[in-house]
Amino acid sequence: MINLRDIIHRAKHSDRTGYWFVLPYVIFFLAFVAYPLFFSFILIFHRWNIVTPMEWIGLKNFARLLQDPLFFKSLVNTLTFLLIHIPLQIVVALMFALLLNTKVKLRGFFRALYFLPVVVSGVAVTILWQQLYSYDYGVLNTLLRSIGLSPVPWLIDSSWAMPSVAIMATWKNVGIYIVLFLVGLQNIPAELYEAASLDGATRLRQFRHITLPMLNPTVVVIIVLSTIGGFSLFIEPYVLTGGGPMQSTLSGMLYIYNQAFYFNHMGYAATLGFVFALVILVVVLVQRKVVETEPT
Amino acid sequence: MRNTFIYFMLILGAVLFAYPFLWMIAGSLKPELEIGSLGLFSPNMTTQSYEAVLTKIPIGKAFVNSLIVSLATTTSVVLFGSMVGYALAKLKFVGNKALYMLILFTMMIPFQIVLIPQYILMVKLGWTDTYLALIAPTMMSAFSITLFRQFFMGIPSALIDAARIDGCSEKRILFSIVWPLSRPVIVTVAILTFMSSWNEVLWPLMVVRERSLMTMPQIVTLFTIGGEAESQLGSLLAAATLLSLPVIIAYSFFQKYFIESMASSGLKG
Repeated sequence: MINLRDIIHRAKHSDRTGYWFVLPYVIFFLAFVAYPLFFSFILIFHRWNIVTPMEWIGLKNFARLLQDPLFFKSLVNTLTFLLIHIPLQIVVALMFALLLNTKVKLRGFFRALYFLPVVVSGVAVTILWQQLYSYDYGVLNTLLRSIGLSPVPWLIDSSWAMPSVAIMATWKNVGIYIVLFLVGLQNIPAELYEAASLDGATRLRQFRHITLPMLNPTVVVIIVLSTIGGFSLFIEPYVLTGGGPMQSTLSGMLYIYNQAFYFNHMGYAATLGFVFALVILVVVLVQRKVVETEPT
Repeated sequence: MRNTFIYFMLILGAVLFAYPFLWMIAGSLKPELEIGSLGLFSPNMTTQSYEAVLTKIPIGKAFVNSLIVSLATTTSVVLFGSMVGYALAKLKFVGNKALYMLILFTMMIPFQIVLIPQYILMVKLGWTDTYLALIAPTMMSAFSITLFRQFFMGIPSALIDAARIDGCSEKRILFSIVWPLSRPVIVTVAILTFMSSWNEVLWPLMVVRERSLMTMPQIVTLFTIGGEAESQLGSLLAAATLLSLPVIIAYSFFQKYFIESMASSGLKG
């Protein structure tokens, strides 16, 4: 016989267990999420070098930001990065996903190789690419010279440096998106293609009118993730170029870091972080709206 | 004909993504003057570059530090993440929905906004230059909690109710009944957490200045930009090789799990 009072007792008991189970997270949340969030709203109104007492300066951090050429430079640099990185990422990932989505042998092997750069530390990848990009001795320029082309000033020319970072970042991350596209491709019902073939649609038309529209959700994911990644770009320019030449690879995150740790401008660094966070939220929301409502 | 083209492209891709790593490893073993060449072999292979790295930076200690930090973080994220995920999925308590909403909200906050305040918190607590600063702020992850919750929702409640009637405590249900059924999600969370912890550089650069506490990617970063490498390409490549080899080895054994885990983080993102 099951005792009803016992069950009620257990139900009450399990309620309390719920609180015990989530308690560590609540403490964590208060300490490492809520408090920093709250503190950032205080910091942005102060000038502070972390040693002397904080000084209330009202909106001066924001006024300064609006007149700070380096802030706008880092914003433009990030957009430059994204404008190259996102299309390149989508095209390369889609190409390899389509190649892997055929009945070839060793598919798993190729997929594993393409994914390799994703798991390796960004620092190691950046050191490696610094050598590949080297003007005089780099592998890339050696290849260009060997086929009779002139070498490219990958990292030493301010108009080439950010595209070089974007190419490297694409090489590092594209493996994830190859896999995402593969999943997307395998989720397209085969009947769609069969019906289209019966109607006499060419392969190209099938690709344009079935494959691409069906991959739209994957494209949205890639755009959003790449955008967030672009705004978080730090270690690549930090190691590769130090933000140069002529600040052409100064990313938002690198600028925040410099303000905080080279100049000890904690208030201003927090303001930059605050504004960049707002920009990210707005950009991502707009992207989702635009891509999702686009007629297919 | 079509197949030949596909294989040609696939092999081209393999060269594109794997050759640079082989070149890196080869370069770390070649004498300085031969590094610029495209080839992977040289009759004059030497371990000089490795000796240079090992004498200039405490990279062995950094490896141990990285291991401690990554293992502690991963254990904590799996343990606490599964507890919260289980509570959200299977326990009724006031505030369950609200907490879930809060966790979803947390995931939307760009880290740029909390980064500087988090650093200041570490300074105030006196945690800079300790393992605590490296571990504590990543001990739990909202995203992992949602992965656990999602997976646990799929476990039949009848199973859990049966265990309750048998007098199992919720703690025992989670660890003895739910955990053994949840290997896929535990592996996913563990790999994602370990990888992001192992490869993290920005946060260690902020909170650790003491060389004996530095993580592996951090010390290699400072070795590269700090001039200690004395622009010796070989020792840079040796440092990069030492940094990537543990991950490449782990990946070659468990690549299926790595790919599934890291792709799933994208799918749900």
